Parts: sequence; C-alpha cells; structure tokens
Amino acid sequence: MTALTDRRASARRRSHIAGREGVAGWLFTAPMIVILGLFLVVPVGMALWVSFSDWTGRGSPFSGTVGFVGTDNYSELLNGGGLAERDFGISLRNNGWYVLLVVPLQTALSLFLAVLVNRAVLRGRGFFRTAFYFPSVTSSVAITVLWLFLFGATGAVNKVLSYLGVNGPNWFQDPSGIVHNFFGLFGVTQGPGFLTDNTALGVSLWDWLSGPSVAMSAFVLMAVFTTSGTFMLLFIAALQNLSGETQEAAMMDGANGWQRFFRVTLPQLKPTLFTVLTLGVIGTWQVFDQIYTGTQGGPGKTTVTPAYLSYTSAFNNQQWGQGSAIAFILFVIIVVLTLLQRFILRDKAVSKRRLRAYSLDTKGTGR
Amino acid sequence: MQRSTKRWLALGAVVAASTLTLAGCSGSGFSDSAGSSQNASSPLTVLIGSSGDAETKAVTDAVATWSSSSGTQATVTAASDLNQQLSQGFASGKPADVFYVSTDALAGYAANGSLLAYGEKLANKDDFYPTLVKSFTYDGQFYCAPKDFSTLGLVINTDLWSQAGLTDADVPTTWDQLSAVAQKLTTADHAGLSFSPEYARVGAFMAEAGGGLVNTDGTTATANSAASVAGLSYVKSLLTSGAAKYSSTLGAGWGGEAFGKGLAAMTIEGNWISGAMKADYPGIKYRIAELPAGTAGQGTLQFTNCWGIAADSQNQDAALKLVEQLTSTDQQLAFASAFGVMPSVQSAAAEWKSANPDLAPFLDSATFAQGVPTAQGSADVIKDLNSQLESLATADPQAILDSTQKNLEAVIGK
Repeated sequence: MTALTDRRASARRRSHIAGREGVAGWLFTAPMIVILGLFLVVPVGMALWVSFSDWTGRGSPFSGTVGFVGTDNYSELLNGGGLAERDFGISLRNNGWYVLLVVPLQTALSLFLAVLVNRAVLRGRGFFRTAFYFPSVTSSVAITVLWLFLFGATGAVNKVLSYLGVNGPNWFQDPSGIVHNFFGLFGVTQGPGFLTDNTALGVSLWDWLSGPSVAMSAFVLMAVFTTSGTFMLLFIAALQNLSGETQEAAMMDGANGWQRFFRVTLPQLKPTLFTVLTLGVIGTWQVFDQIYTGTQGGPGKTTVTPAYLSYTSAFNNQQWGQGSAIAFILFVIIVVLTLLQRFILRDKAVSKRRLRAYSLDTKGTGR
Repeated sequence: MQRSTKRWLALGAVVAASTLTLAGCSGSGFSDSAGSSQNASSPLTVLIGSSGDAETKAVTDAVATWSSSSGTQATVTAASDLNQQLSQGFASGKPADVFYVSTDALAGYAANGSLLAYGEKLANKDDFYPTLVKSFTYDGQFYCAPKDFSTLGLVINTDLWSQAGLTDADVPTTWDQLSAVAQKLTTADHAGLSFSPEYARVGAFMAEAGGGLVNTDGTTATANSAASVAGLSYVKSLLTSGAAKYSSTLGAGWGGEAFGKGLAAMTIEGNWISGAMKADYPGIKYRIAELPAGTAGQGTLQFTNCWGIAADSQNQDAALKLVEQLTSTDQQLAFASAFGVMPSVQSAAAEWKSANPDLAPFLDSATFAQGVPTAQGSADVIKDLNSQLESLATADPQAILDSTQKNLEAVIGK
C-alpha cells in the first residue's frame, strides 16, 4: 500500500517536469544520447543489416550493389550442411562446455574467497583482498602469455605434476576432450551408435559430449583465476551490507556455522548471486582475447568460440554476413540464458518442504 | 500508459530518422564508385605484414629510394594484423595503395573487387615463375606480382647425422631411404624427423605421391584421389613407426624449434629456417636437401605473397611503377640478402644461388613445387584438415581426405 502511494506521488512529481525543465533535461542528456546512438545503436543496426545482406566488405554496406539475402546467412550456419555449419556447431560446443565449467566454478570460488577475507579475525585482510583481486586488473593478454608458458609441454605446471608422478599433458597442443578421455580410461573410445550417427549442427552427439579439450581446460582454469577476484569484490560488498543482527538471531536459535551460511547468509545474497551469474554467463559466452592471443582456435579447432569464429569469418574470409549472423545468434543465446536464469532465481514463495525446516516441530517425531 | 506510448513513438521516430540519415549517407557520403578518380600526384601508402625489423627496414628503404627518384611521396606502415587492417581499409573506401596479399586471402579480395588486376600490365610479367603466377590468377586474370616465395626442403642436423654413422651418400632421395635414415637417427633423446601437424608440411608428401588437394588449375578437388591418400598413408607410417614425430608432440611450436632445440635430427621447413637458425640456434650445424621423391617423383609445396594494389587507389599508375621497382631483379636480390627470401623472378635465380649456395636446394625445388589451394574459403577447409591431421597417427587417411574432399568441393563449386 505504501509502495502504491509512493509511486503515485512520484508520478505526480514527474508530471510537473514539463516545459522548460523538460527541454533542459533533454539538453543535458543529449550528448550521451548522441554518443551512445552513434557508437552503439547505429553500429548494431548496421551489423544487423549486414547479417541479412551479401556485403563482401568493400565500400559501404548500404551502397546500391549490396543485396538483401533474407536469412541466407543464418540458414547457412544453422542448416547449411557445410563447413560453416560444422564450424559453428564446434564453436558452440567448445564455448558451451567452457561456460558450463567456468560459471559455477568462478561463482563458488569468488563467494568462498569473499567469505574468507570478510572475516573480522583475519589478519592482513587488505593484503589478501589485493592479492585475490590482482589477476582481474592485469591485462588478459598478459595473463594468456603467462598461461602459455605455465602450461607448456615442459612448463611449470607439468614440472609440478611430474613431482607427483603424473605425466602432464601437452596442454595447449592437446585436442582430446576431457569427458572422452575419462571414458577412455574405461576402454570406451567409440560412442554408441545412436550418439555417433546422429548429428546436431554438423557435429555428432558423441562429439558434443566430448567435454572441453585439454587446451580449453587450461583456458577454463585461467578464466576462473582471472575473474573470481572481480566477483569476490561484488560478494564482499554484499556481505558487508548484511546486518549482524540476523546472524545473531540465527545464533541464538542454535544454528551452526554451516546452517547460518546456507540458510541465512546465502539467501540474502541472492541479488548479488544473480548479478554475478549473469555477468559470468555474458563474459564467458563472449570469450575472444584469450583465443586470439593464445591458440587462434587450435588445436584441432577445440578452442574456437563463436566470437572468434565471427571475427575470422568476417576479417579473414570476407564472409561479413555470416560473421555478423554469428554475432546475433550469440546475442540471442546470451539473452535467452539470462532470462532463464532470472526465471530460476526469481523470488518464490517458500515451498512447504523448505518451510518445514524453519517451522517448530509440532507433529513429527515427538521429541 | 498514454505517456509511454508517446515515448515509444518518439523513440521509433528517432530510430527511423537516423536510419534514413544513414541511408542518405550511402548515396553520396561513402565512396561508391569502383574505378575511383585518379590523381597522379597523390601520395602512396604501403602496408606490409612484416616478419621483423629487418624486413620493415629493407622495404622502407627501398620505397624511400623509389620515392625520391620518382617524386611520388610514399610511406610504409608495418601492420600488426594485416588482414584486419586491409579489411578496414576496403570497407571505408580508403585502403592502402600497395600491400601484401597472401594466397589464401587473394580470392576473397579479388571476388569483392577490392584488388586491381594489374598483372598483365607489368613490364616484367614473363620473368616470374609460372607456378607463382598461377597462384595469383583468379578467374583467369593475373592479379598481382609475386613478392617472393619459399619452398619446403629437408633440413638435416649434420652433427647428429654423422654421429649416427651416416655420410653424404646417405641423404635420402626416396621414401624408403627417408624412413630408413629417420629410423636410424631416432634415439631416446631426439626424434629422427619432425614437422608440424599441418597441411603446409604434410602436403609435400601428397605432392610427392602425385596427389594434392586440387588439380593443377585449381578447378577440381582431388583431395581423396588415390595418390593423395598414398601420400598421407606414408606420413602415417612414418608417425606410427616412430621414425617421425610431430613438433607439437615434442613440445615445440614448429619444426624449426624442435630442430633448433635438438629434439629432432631432421625437419621439413622452408628457407625461412636459415634466419631462425641464425637468430635463435646459432650453435646447430645443418644442411639442406631437396625433399625425397615419392611414388610419383619429387614434390614440394611453395608459399608466396604478392604486392596487391587497391582498386580504390587514387594513384594506380604510380603504384604499378612502385611494384615493378620492388619486384625488379636487383631489388629482389637486395631483399633476399636483407631478410632471407627467395626472389620470385627467374632472372635472379643464378645470382641468388651463388650468394646462398647452402640454400640452393630450396630454389632448385621450384621446378617441381606445388602451390596451395587459393579458392575462396579453402583456408577454412585447410584449417579443418589441419585439425584432423593432429590425430593422423590413429586415424584413417582415407576418411580424413574424404571429409576434406567434401568440404573442398563445396568451396570450389561456388
């Protein structure tokens, strides 16, 4: 009820902004609108047009010689049956596994780090916060180069592994998928017929299930390493906003540390969790610079991502329509996933099963 | 509600207006004309994808010399990402006038009209090696002058060679001999032979077997011909017998690195290896031999770039003169000594060989060298092939080449 009156009041207030004040408002926002329009809206519009055209990269995409080809570029990618479709399928496979691993890992790790460095008793909190945040402020190109050295065939990582008696893989040269390798341990090197014979986007279902290649796994570790610091910062900010009273109340109710964290703290962090997951999904679906500076899509195309594929098809192959079509399909994927996430993380009425945990035990075991 | 509808209408109007403005631009603002107006005094820009400081300096000096004698201003820029910078230039209508074009980029730029087909106008056009001219011919037109070229040869570590008890007479000239010496050179410390897992090395064996990805005109895909399969099967036998190892298996980025670090006694590389050996591995003694003959005689692959001239260049006549100067016999010999390339004109061959007797096998290989496919989209097909070649040791050569054939047919048929 109060919310409703508030809204009404604000609507009334807004209607008073008229005439001169309105003009002044537009005047003040105009520079930003022009800048955003010119450098964001217009290029996006142009790219959308290019994705429906046969523009070959010479002269303006709006010149008379450029024709409208409908959804040809899109169908070539989604249903063309050729190399373009297969490459796109492979890139989705690679990036899908990347997202599937990076997002949960980096979210869990950043939350863990945030809880650790948020504890009042920890000495040198400032040092740890800086240390954990440091990879995030370093250029990703520099870190990629570092990673190439660390994960080289005779690099530091394999050296450490060799002390443990493990013969490390040749990370950035190894195209084998880790799920396939896992099955390989049990002697399964060939998938069952219904997996190998059926294909989606030109890639057999068995290959969709290959998991990230060893090379891609190194990138997964790198993404977790670099981005968890950023998200740790978001979680710290959220944790500091939580009032100590709820914690104390839970303590009085006899909740132990785990219960306080999972039943009290975590639910209160839900808005931040949504932000972190959304930013994570967006960031990981757009991975480009690591690939561009690191592996250029190799080995065996297992680190090709849609963003990198879009770049190479446009700039190296002059397939500009296809390149922008990939970009827009990627856009749709990200939007759909974000909406889905929002739906899953929406505020729900507490279910009966959940409620039972909080209610006084009246009819159950008769304590 | 009313208000928000109005606002949406206003937003729509803004979007429509800006779209119209853009559409208006296209008519006049952006240059639309293919044969843009010529201006004999307009300065030239040269964009190169340089291999290093030596190349940048040599080209800059050569262009400066031409500029002072011809009176046309010209500046050289070394691109950090040549394809990207070229594409931006073509899209904006203000490209560099003269630039490097690789064989796999040629078809794309030629097809969209960005390149000027000036080959026939060159005064020295008959001096270029015919196979190079073929690499830069698209749709029957000779587009651009080959800048220089490279071929693949067999690079042998002479110390390891003599340690294994081999002499000059043992330099392999057939596949059987190659397998035998590679096996002999293999020890626990190093592989007998190493090369990178890509078509640009493995393809030489397909050529030696009389095959190739495409026929000599580049009009038909022949990737899964019996000869091509025989070549790839031989490579597989080298890998499975342990006589050869991929450079990636040895933890090296390319064959030259594996060779220079002593991880392999022989490698298959081009003439660029002499520069790398001098700079990075001066302690290794080596010699070059022609690649051994396969079932269909000798074969190797050749790689080349050309000097492209933009169709949108304001001063095409001057650009053509500059290219003639840059590809002249003397200038190419100067480039060769500056950064170790092989001249693309036959008239420079004798002098180059006497200046670089150790590298002569590379130039001698030009007579039986095979170009790489140049059709638009073939770079993707080759990338796909490369991704399969990495697991060649456990794969079926016929199956690999069948899938490549299917992809190539789609590209060449276009």
